[in-house]
Amino acid sequence: MTKTAERRPIADAAVHPVPAPPPAGGRRRRRLLDQACAYAFLLGGLVCFALFSWYPAIRAVVIAFQKYTPGSKPQWVGTANFTRVLHDPEFGAAWRNTLTFTLLALLVGFAVPFLLALVLNELRHAKAFFRVVVYLPVMIPPVVSALLWKWFYDPGAGLANETLRFLHLPTSNWSNGTDTALISLVIVATWANMGGTVLIYLAALQSIPGELYEAAELDGANLLQRVRHVTVPQTRFVILMLMLLQIIATMQVFTEPFVITGGGPESATVTVLYLIYKYAFLYNDFGGACALSVMLLVLLGAFSALYLRLTRTEGDTA
Amino acid sequence: MRHTGFRRTFVAIGVCSSLALAASACGSGDGDTASGKTRITVNCEPPKSAKVDRRFFDDDTAAFEKQNPDIDVVAHDAFPCQDPKTFGAKLAGGQMEDVFYTYFTDARHVVDINQAADLTPYLKELKSYDTIQKQLRDIYTVDGKVYGIPRTGYSMGLIYNRKLFQKAGLDPDKPPATWEEVRADAKKIAALGDGTVGYADYSAQNQGGWHFTAELYSQGGDVVGADGKAGVDTPEGHAVLQNLHDMRWTDDSMGSKQLLIINDVQQMMGSGKLGMYLSAPDNIPILVKEKGGDYKDLALAPMPGGKGTLIGGDGYMFNKRDTPAQIRAGLKWLDHMFLTPGKGFLGDYARAKKNDAPVGLPEPRLFTGAADAKDQQVKKANANVPVKNYQAFLDGNQQLQMKIEPPDAQQIYSVLDSVVSAVLTKKDADIDQLLKEASAKIDSIPRS
Repeated sequence: MTKTAERRPIADAAVHPVPAPPPAGGRRRRRLLDQACAYAFLLGGLVCFALFSWYPAIRAVVIAFQKYTPGSKPQWVGTANFTRVLHDPEFGAAWRNTLTFTLLALLVGFAVPFLLALVLNELRHAKAFFRVVVYLPVMIPPVVSALLWKWFYDPGAGLANETLRFLHLPTSNWSNGTDTALISLVIVATWANMGGTVLIYLAALQSIPGELYEAAELDGANLLQRVRHVTVPQTRFVILMLMLLQIIATMQVFTEPFVITGGGPESATVTVLYLIYKYAFLYNDFGGACALSVMLLVLLGAFSALYLRLTRTEGDTA
Repeated sequence: MRHTGFRRTFVAIGVCSSLALAASACGSGDGDTASGKTRITVNCEPPKSAKVDRRFFDDDTAAFEKQNPDIDVVAHDAFPCQDPKTFGAKLAGGQMEDVFYTYFTDARHVVDINQAADLTPYLKELKSYDTIQKQLRDIYTVDGKVYGIPRTGYSMGLIYNRKLFQKAGLDPDKPPATWEEVRADAKKIAALGDGTVGYADYSAQNQGGWHFTAELYSQGGDVVGADGKAGVDTPEGHAVLQNLHDMRWTDDSMGSKQLLIINDVQQMMGSGKLGMYLSAPDNIPILVKEKGGDYKDLALAPMPGGKGTLIGGDGYMFNKRDTPAQIRAGLKWLDHMFLTPGKGFLGDYARAKKNDAPVGLPEPRLFTGAADAKDQQVKKANANVPVKNYQAFLDGNQQLQMKIEPPDAQQIYSVLDSVVSAVLTKKDADIDQLLKEASAKIDSIPRS
């Protein structure tokens, strides 16, 4: 590429006479003027980001250390907001629930889409149809799907228990039980979000060269061995990336507990984000809400750093 | 390089936008227009989608401006009138209207953060102020100073389905007056089967805690006592939870689906599958207009228990930046819109009836004495809903102690929500332990 670029002026010079290069100072000015246009275009985006993303984020960190009541002058209170939030009886439950939800969502949310992608990859007919079917829940607005599942989970006449009864299987309390509420929400989140993940896994699977499978087959590998020794190593990077993105996304779960369980029963589904919502909009305690947000930010920041590091490492090795 | 003129255009657009922004930023906040009129901004104008209400509001405001040519009212529409998610931000950003809508529960907070104008010096000019019920006026009175004018007042009662009462062999003209009777009636209604629920209650999104409070008031208890200590771990608190537990698990009269919120219960009542639930009268039009209910089937009884009831409502407060002229103009506007018995936005019952809006519901009830009598008389004369369905509520309410929500209500409701949801979702819930823990948690809430 470098060679072509070097040659081009000579070829061009044969057709069009090349004007003498302007003096160095003028060239710099011209380049600056040319770039000014690009910077001007960029400015709109930067201003929007600064106003609506960076400023609120920085402000939230500042408010975390202030007594902030809308309408009155903020007062510095040091770490009082953090102390108050740490002593909230729901604080421990919220983190426990969030981490459990993330872990469960990771297990279920990885296994189900990966298996589905494997099955879809093996299909010979109606591939496009099934891809659409799998992707369909993603197109339903999250609140609508949560409301649908709220009805499915009715322990009396809900679809879930009616189906179990029809199959002569024991029924469950679903979202109404302290032991089952969180896993019920994991099922909803997995169902609603797996479409996109399946498609990414499918794309990764389809990029695996067929020769690798042929070679494995010639070596006498069965289906499970082919998955273990060919599929998993070849999709390792995609799996890792999606898992990290999933951790970041699932730790911010809000819609499902808000719509389906309202944090109950007995705080069994109160998540960190739901608690932030309660602090800000029910208790009018923006300092507490921001303190909680900062804690979540630190944790998610660590995961994001890990994500960036992994991406860079993979990029370097690619 | 050929100049396209883009940079010049870009700079010109930028400068114009900045000027426009600066101009619009500087253009608000002045109470007097160039024409010498006193201008006030007010909120809670009904949205365009509520055509009839919007027309009433605009017509009344236009009539007011005609009577007061020196006042210009600029109405801002909003639904709901007070959105908790934006209310604080609007106050903080100095964007709140000159005369703004608040729930009763906001009053103290707005005063505490010094965002309300003191109306006390102007009240002698508002003749109708003394016609408002004292307990409602007191809500906007802090340390002897008046910071707001009540607009409506509601109290909680028991909505029940007369049709289901009849079906279950109960007398629809004799609604339950005690919690024991509620339990007995709920059991009979649930026995009708086909998914019918006898009694439903909320237990999520803090609404369970809200209703626990109402039920505790009805038993004569208090969530926070005069000494500021939690009052839930008491015989009254125990009675509330035991009753809910027994209806849910012993009688199976509350249905299997729990963690309900207001919308779920309204759906159940509107579809004719629910016998009773606690609510203020303002739920009745919603049940009919939005949930498929029928006025003739829906009746209202006073809060069971006979000791007390939870009250709520709304009113208007004034921006602390208001000029004296704006405060006077705002008070005049409120008087015209809401404080004349049988007239105005909420009180013109003849107009409401003509436009097929419900007339005859027992509340909102704002006035006292002669003004109340006049208001009730005009209402009765124009009633288009079965007024006799609410007679029990009107009679029984007189005997109840009216109590507002406790301070730091949402934090307390959050604690109590867990307690109610535990009792309704766990058969072996330990009520004593739940109340003990809830009491400790309420005591640990920092008081605002």
